[in-house]
Amino acid sequence: MAVIALKEDAGCPSGLAPAEREESRADPSAFVRQGADGRDVLELMVQGAKCAGCIRKIEGGLLALPGVTDARLNLSTGRLSVSWAHGAVAAREITDALGRLGYASAAFDPEAARQSADEEGRRLLRYMAVAGFAAMNIMMFSVPVWSGGGEMGEGTRTLLHWVSAFIAIPASLYAAQPFFRSAWKALSARHANMDVPISLAVFLTLGISVAETIQQGEHAYFDGITMLLFFLLVGRYLDHRLRERARTAARDLLALQSVSASRIEPDGTIRAIPARDIGVGDRLSLAAGDRAPVDCVVEEGVSELDRSMLTGETMPQPAGVGAVVHAGVVNLTQRLVVKATARVQDSAMAQLARLIEIGEQGRARFVRLADKAAALYVPVVHSLAALTFLGWLFGPSLLRLAGFEVADVGVRIALMNAIAVLIITCPCALGLAVPAVQVVATGRLFKRGVLVKSGDALERLAETDVVVFDKTGTLTLGKPTLISRVETETLQAAASLARTSRHPLSRALTEAAGPGVPQASARELPGEGIEADVNGEKWRLGRRSFAAPTAPDANDGAVELWFSRGSGVAARFVFMDALRSDASETVRALKQRGIAVELLSGDRPTAVAAAALAAGIEAWKGGVSPADKTARLAALKASGRRSLMVGDGLNDAAALAAAHASASPGTALEASQAASDLVIQGAGLLALVEAIDVAKAAKARALENLRFSALYNLIAAPTAAAGLLTPLIAALAMSGSSLIVTLNALRLQLRGGPWTS
Amino acid sequence: MIFLIPVAVLMGAVGLAAFFWSLRSGQYEDLEGAAHRILIDDEEDRT
Repeated sequence: MAVIALKEDAGCPSGLAPAEREESRADPSAFVRQGADGRDVLELMVQGAKCAGCIRKIEGGLLALPGVTDARLNLSTGRLSVSWAHGAVAAREITDALGRLGYASAAFDPEAARQSADEEGRRLLRYMAVAGFAAMNIMMFSVPVWSGGGEMGEGTRTLLHWVSAFIAIPASLYAAQPFFRSAWKALSARHANMDVPISLAVFLTLGISVAETIQQGEHAYFDGITMLLFFLLVGRYLDHRLRERARTAARDLLALQSVSASRIEPDGTIRAIPARDIGVGDRLSLAAGDRAPVDCVVEEGVSELDRSMLTGETMPQPAGVGAVVHAGVVNLTQRLVVKATARVQDSAMAQLARLIEIGEQGRARFVRLADKAAALYVPVVHSLAALTFLGWLFGPSLLRLAGFEVADVGVRIALMNAIAVLIITCPCALGLAVPAVQVVATGRLFKRGVLVKSGDALERLAETDVVVFDKTGTLTLGKPTLISRVETETLQAAASLARTSRHPLSRALTEAAGPGVPQASARELPGEGIEADVNGEKWRLGRRSFAAPTAPDANDGAVELWFSRGSGVAARFVFMDALRSDASETVRALKQRGIAVELLSGDRPTAVAAAALAAGIEAWKGGVSPADKTARLAALKASGRRSLMVGDGLNDAAALAAAHASASPGTALEASQAASDLVIQGAGLLALVEAIDVAKAAKARALENLRFSALYNLIAAPTAAAGLLTPLIAALAMSGSSLIVTLNALRLQLRGGPWTS
Repeated sequence: MIFLIPVAVLMGAVGLAAFFWSLRSGQYEDLEGAAHRILIDDEEDRT
């Protein structure tokens, strides 16, 4: 049976994820595609699904709709695939059903959804599997060789070596492909990266081991090379997973931006089309609650617009025929007919997207910790190996010149020792050192509702010494809340009018009043207020000049609504954009950590001052334009500060991209989420402090790991250069160091800290 | 020995093949969802 969720039952039943901000999105039917079996398929991104109850509620609720044949939610990615018999259900019913269940959802652009298969990751997993299985099997033959000691005959040993070679040669040549490719690319660009010594080691080790086996020698490194490849591939895979998750998050956000629009065809019918198909001159219908997909001009209708995402200004502004509506602006009260003046890619939002790109290019110059280590590592190892070779080859002759009695050791021994250096110093531990830590750290944060969107975000976050907040929607909830005390009866009466409107102040009033019945006769006058005839009396709710022209102007700059009934005394409601409940706590926690806090907002200075005072921020500035925000961040950068920008609006997007690191709340516009490194889901900001703590701890762990790797090489390399290395020692040293590095990374998860729950 | 070595190698190959099969059949697509789905009761006999 269909379970229609009650209001209190909305959202994640476990309470892990609070219900996200409701927002009516454009018609998803533009994104329905035909499945292979003729059924309609719709891909949706679902927000707020976190547990088994969510899966059950969503899948069960949708399957209960008549005609729906399949609903499958991927909890890891938040993607929901729904299919139904062609034409049985309107796409809108699906999203509406999800909305009733308490989950915000948005249609996916099928093209973006199709690109999402992670081919590279699967390939790496295959290489890793081959290397791993080869290493295990060869180890089976190596252990008898090591432990056999003197008892094993030469013939048996050679046989076991041959079997190992039979497994190791094809397996290593197959599994080392990513290293070969990367090394080749680097060499053809006349660079040397970490993969050059690795590739060299693979070829030389296989060659020398085969030569040893042919000569029935003692030391064959087949076990070492496959194990080496296995550990390296584990590191490579972890690193890839991390980047892939970040990329997927970014791509999901891009796909979400592909909203649809309702185009009014020449014959008057309305058709849902993807926003990217809107042409200049198209007439669009913009219902109350819709966000403008492109820049446009109002042709018919009068309404009010919420520009807060573009400017940070909380108060709606009236708009009539001829008014310019920028992409991203929300139409609040009445349906508008608008004419598109720009295509999606030329609209205001797209220009911001380009600003974001420029900012991100600047950020790409950030050198990751692991790359810094690699840059240092490659030349050292190469010259060490070369020195070993030359030393063993010409050393004896030089010693003889100096009068010592030593015999030549020959090219074979010299080469063996040089290769031993290459193998033992191969960056297993180095390759695992940073990715292992980052995987543990991002996993930890993910569970706490912080989505880390770029691979090096944690490294940049750890350096933060100044946090710049946006006000509207970031430090505050981004919507007005009733703060004046009014009699319950008056409040209920006013709310009965307010319930018919989508205006933010009406909604705030409704929220304060609780559930109730809307006034049937109410009608909304855009820019003025709501009017209704109740029992012969004229009830008015709205601006002072409309509802209570005779009442005195309070003149305190507050956001207000007036309510009058007939000729009775008018009541005044005062609203404020309330701070998030943990805003001041967050600011205090940041200050405790020695991090400076600033507030930059596009809102009126009086409102910004009040918010700054309440949150405990001394450095604030109001009426700031997006360009000013970016300039402030550039100034911070120029003075050597590492800034963390926290913002949610489109007006913050460029600043988010320009900052050293950036974060946005889960309620932020997709463009802002796409521009920032971290997305904080849920209602609180405190997770931000936790993210900084975890980033700092992760950096400390990564540095420890790198130091350990250096120490290991410092001991191992001279041993190998001196010719003391055997396959057994190589195997133990490599697996041992990788294990230690991984365990150290896991300590991040085990250790109790401020972020452990 | 002649017999045991091929058996050992074969067993390794079988393990590898099994892993590839699991990879291809999409068992690694939604690791978190799988952990939670076990908690969901089948509702077929409850009407």
